[in-house]
Amino acid sequence: MSGQSTHHGPGAAGHEAHMDPATAREAATLGIWTFLATEVLLFGGLFTAYIIFRIKFPQMFYEDHLKLNRVLGAVNTVVLIGSSLTVALGIAAIRKGRVGLLRLYLSLTILLAGAFLGIKFVEYSEKFSHGLFPGTDIFFSLYFMLTGLHGIHVLAGMAALGTVLFLAGRGKYSESYHTPVEITGLYWHFVDLVWIYLFPLLYLVG
Amino acid sequence: MKETTLNGEQPPNGDASPRGYLEAKGFWSWAYTLDHKRIGVMYLYTTLFFFLLGGVFALLIRIKLMFPGQYIFTNQTYNVLFTMHGALMIFLFIIPAIPSGLGNFFIPMHIGARDVAFPRLNLLSYWVFVAGIVVILFSLIRPMDTGWTFYTPYSARTAADVTTLSFGVFLIGMSSILTGLNFLVTIHKLRAPGMTWHRMPLFIWSMYATSIIQVLATPVVGITFLLLAMERVLGVGFFDPAKGGDPILFQHFFWFYSHPVVYVMILPAMGIISEIVPAFSRKPIFGYNAIAYSSVAIAVFGFFVWGHHMFVTGMSSTAAIIFSLLTYSVAIPTAIKVFNWIATMYKGSITFESPMLYALTFIFLFVVGGLTGMFLGALGADIHVHDTYFIVAHFHYTMVGGTVMGLLAGLHYWFPKMTGRMLSEKMARPAWLLMFIGFNVTFFTQFILGFEGMPRRYAEYPAQYQALNIVSTVGSWILAAGILIMFANFVHGLFRGPPAPPNPWKALSLEWQTGSPPPTENYPEIPTVTDWPYGYAGKQT
Repeated sequence: MSGQSTHHGPGAAGHEAHMDPATAREAATLGIWTFLATEVLLFGGLFTAYIIFRIKFPQMFYEDHLKLNRVLGAVNTVVLIGSSLTVALGIAAIRKGRVGLLRLYLSLTILLAGAFLGIKFVEYSEKFSHGLFPGTDIFFSLYFMLTGLHGIHVLAGMAALGTVLFLAGRGKYSESYHTPVEITGLYWHFVDLVWIYLFPLLYLVG
Repeated sequence: MKETTLNGEQPPNGDASPRGYLEAKGFWSWAYTLDHKRIGVMYLYTTLFFFLLGGVFALLIRIKLMFPGQYIFTNQTYNVLFTMHGALMIFLFIIPAIPSGLGNFFIPMHIGARDVAFPRLNLLSYWVFVAGIVVILFSLIRPMDTGWTFYTPYSARTAADVTTLSFGVFLIGMSSILTGLNFLVTIHKLRAPGMTWHRMPLFIWSMYATSIIQVLATPVVGITFLLLAMERVLGVGFFDPAKGGDPILFQHFFWFYSHPVVYVMILPAMGIISEIVPAFSRKPIFGYNAIAYSSVAIAVFGFFVWGHHMFVTGMSSTAAIIFSLLTYSVAIPTAIKVFNWIATMYKGSITFESPMLYALTFIFLFVVGGLTGMFLGALGADIHVHDTYFIVAHFHYTMVGGTVMGLLAGLHYWFPKMTGRMLSEKMARPAWLLMFIGFNVTFFTQFILGFEGMPRRYAEYPAQYQALNIVSTVGSWILAAGILIMFANFVHGLFRGPPAPPNPWKALSLEWQTGSPPPTENYPEIPTVTDWPYGYAGKQT
């Protein structure tokens, strides 16, 4: 709880260092968990809508989910879980101070994230070509809203991972300091976790 | 901030650099600042601007309502004006003003920290707020006419630019989330040595509770407005009965945020009152723990009462009874605070400087607003007065009589600290008196109008209600005169006010133990806290 900070000169740069490293790390960790809580509530609205409409229209949900490509969905699940593994391996690597290995795993994670979006793109095109759009019915509205919002989070995650990768290349992270890697990793696990809920809810109805 | 000359040799009273954190000049020294005090000041300027703009809209609405028929401007213009009055006041003034303005400035100072936990995020939050404002202003090209509640199905169909406004409000919400997150972490991690949870000023407890609501409720309204925008752009149909959707679902989503958010508005004001009442009664606060825990209790209960906005829009009677009971439960922690403030004043040496006048006004008006809220929480009474001016009066008694009075109490209390200059009491007191009279004339009449059945929101009304509407409008002019004098006092104080001593009110919390205005680093050395901030000497001093 201590906010005891070392004194430093004023100015914008000075404000960065107004906490000692241990406090800064604790603050960042509490910050990312709080942020993830807000994300849960953001998706929570859509999940609530899902529950309500699935109870209201069980038949529609059953019939419509058959129109989704279960194989591609399953492949994407594996791809995302794989990316969670690589980001975890990256964090393990930097904890031992192995920057090169971190960069390798981060690159792999970004590649897998790109593959996920690529497959998603194929799925979307398939749906559009069959005349299935957001607004077709409640199920497809939910499908596109949920996977769309999740896709935006994948993009944001790729941007965050890319930034960490870039900064790792500049030698910012080490055995003793790698908080941004860890919190980006936590965010990425969250993105993965959302998909783990989305896959059965949308692709494996009934 | 680069030009600032402050350093570790700065004496605590700020003599070496009387301008403190205000030393650096120029646009960029503000636009790029990471200093929580400057960010707080920028929020205050921005939000107070919209307070004045929203107030002008309110005056126009009142002028039109002096006459029952079409008058001065069209009914459509009236719809736009009351929508913009609500939306600007809620989203751009009353939600952010105390937390993001005064909270930003005083949370780190109160807990003995140099800044918030994430200064960059803090600045980002401000600029996201500004971006939200710009987007909202763009929506004025085809201005909103839905009321600030955006109810579907009308909001999904109107030609007005709901989509743009929704996106703007989404950005404002993001800014609110970032600020709340920042404050939560700051309060957890950056308290000075010795500042245990039970030595924190009560303002911090209330800001902590506020931040919890901001963080947990705002994302829900974010997704709601996104879905509303998607409803219009892509026709997703969650709120459209023709597609199997449900407009009531929108109301549930909307109030799941918008009810808790009234506690985002009121809790920080309650925190300010908890600081001012003991300082101007020269007595230790009565019932510290009760006030502290009641803030958290209000935040928690506040999440489970949203249904009371929907008693007449379609809800099972079982749900309505439960929501009604839960609504009553919020009254308990609220009353705990009020009784503790009164007990604090009991046998105190009360002085009536302007901050205390506003604080007492808060207590008086908020009790009226709170108790009429109990009428509305009662199922039978609510059905009688629902969608009448009774609601308008209740809401304004809590939000203007409560939050705005709390904000003004805080502004008068902390003006010397923030600017290094004193306000004129000679101007502050008549301004307060006019506002007090004007407010009650404007809004008490609306209780009566509502009880007699005058519906809210409509541009026209049956002629039988005209007499009281004229009274209410005249009241709004008295209120406006008071506000004008107060702002004149602010401007005068800012440029011509006599220099403020570090602690003009002889208060005990940490921010008064450093210079007025404070140095950029707040404290030359981080203080070590050994006691709570309410040890005012004895019961009679």
